[in-house]
Amino acid sequence: MTTGVTKWAGRTREYDLVKEFVVALVVVSVLTVALAAVFSSPDEKQITISTWSRGAPNDFVLTAATELDGTSGTATYGAPYNHTPDAAQKIGPVSLQHIAGVTHPIDTVADFVVGPLTGVPADAALAAALAQWQGAAAGQQQKWASGYDDALSKATDNDPAQVKSGDYGPVPVMLTRLLTMAQSGGLDGALLAQKQFFATDYTKPLLFIADGSYLEDRARAQHLGGDQWGMMNETGNYPGQAWLWLYTFWYQVKPFSTSGNADALVWGLMALLSLALVLVPFIPGVRSIPRWVPIHRLIWRDYYRGIRT
Amino acid sequence: MTAPALSRTWTGRLRARAEQALPPEQLLPDHQPVYVASWIYVFGVLTLAAFIVVLVSGGVLALKGPQWWHRSSTGHYFNSLHLWSVELFMAFMVIHLWGKFFMAAWRGRRAMTWITGAVCFLGSIGTAFTGYLVQSNLDSQWISTQAKDGLNSAGVGAFFNVLDFGQMLMWHIVLLPLVVGFVIGIHILQVRRRGVVPPMEIDPRDLVAQNVTS
Repeated sequence: MTTGVTKWAGRTREYDLVKEFVVALVVVSVLTVALAAVFSSPDEKQITISTWSRGAPNDFVLTAATELDGTSGTATYGAPYNHTPDAAQKIGPVSLQHIAGVTHPIDTVADFVVGPLTGVPADAALAAALAQWQGAAAGQQQKWASGYDDALSKATDNDPAQVKSGDYGPVPVMLTRLLTMAQSGGLDGALLAQKQFFATDYTKPLLFIADGSYLEDRARAQHLGGDQWGMMNETGNYPGQAWLWLYTFWYQVKPFSTSGNADALVWGLMALLSLALVLVPFIPGVRSIPRWVPIHRLIWRDYYRGIRT
Repeated sequence: MTAPALSRTWTGRLRARAEQALPPEQLLPDHQPVYVASWIYVFGVLTLAAFIVVLVSGGVLALKGPQWWHRSSTGHYFNSLHLWSVELFMAFMVIHLWGKFFMAAWRGRRAMTWITGAVCFLGSIGTAFTGYLVQSNLDSQWISTQAKDGLNSAGVGAFFNVLDFGQMLMWHIVLLPLVVGFVIGIHILQVRRRGVVPPMEIDPRDLVAQNVTS
């Protein structure tokens, strides 16, 4: 196919592309070496379930209680972790989260509490507690777990030692042993290594940690909270992912900041805006903005001056 | 001596097509139109240079493994090189992109040049994001547990699990750099094929109409 187009036939000047690239590479390399030497990079130490359970044992036990009675963030999350009804976010009537389905199934009772505890050897009291738990009907398990979670929430500082007496069945023993296991570092390994020796999937330990308030407290102290433009910040005084400013911006303003479907709405909006960026040459009005804003006169001022003279 | 007949093999046809689309003097020209005379033109090549530094610093980190930079001062320095080269790469690219927007650089059958550049920008955001996920420190723990909600809400989390360190590492050091590198290559070839966009107001004597085979 032949098409009539115009081609530059005016004056040219010598332009050494290879030399320009080499000079740019040297300049950027020197700049990077200098910035790295002067400013280094942040490396705030990770938290483990062990450090969490030793640093905030009451928060750990309270979180474990919510995993056991099914009220934690993970237990009520919906897809892709479980089938909690009406938990998935929507854009209008459409829920892509629900459509994508449960691809990483997590049973917080079995995966976060009962499963790891069954691996603890030589503990008669724990074995009896687990036997009592597993021998009970689901309704009874829920009654014990909810009762203990409720009592622990009301106790001073959520301290298990301050929980008022009641019929909690084996739950106090199970959670006390889980705390001991966590503080020893055993729960970190148990959650990571389920069913395999080599493991790189931190989904379960990270979800468990995120269900507590310890991680969020540490993050907020580093100005990483969602209402602190956290997604684009990083620990310390570093520029972070400044290019995420628009994505983070939407979370700060209504209706997104108060919507239960904020994530789905922001992602939908950003998908549209990203598509618009790619298709700028074909969008009437947007593609004409450069003609209305005379920045091109600054860029090509020498050439324009030549035309006028 | 007669000239060799045009090869009818796939290889010969591909070579002929490539030579027609991008003859050597167009692929690596040593002259440019006089209007190519502004500092804004430097940011494209600065972006490319920063990309090379990102690949080299990231390559060294890959050689030593993802935990090296936590326990070695040399490793930490290379991590810093990687971080700052990414910051420069993104800064140069954003300036380049805004510059091209205000030049309306998609004019004259250059839409694909703009599109590949925009895709490159979006792909680079994804690559940088996965880099933050695989730092294996507090920052990556917090970012991954927060980001999962957005990805899950869009249905993406079902197959792109930001809490899976191994999966994110593969995306960061293999898949996304391959895609971004490939798109950058196409972008540069498009720039060379179509040439640098001319000014919006132009002296008609500087242009000639041609029939160009697309």
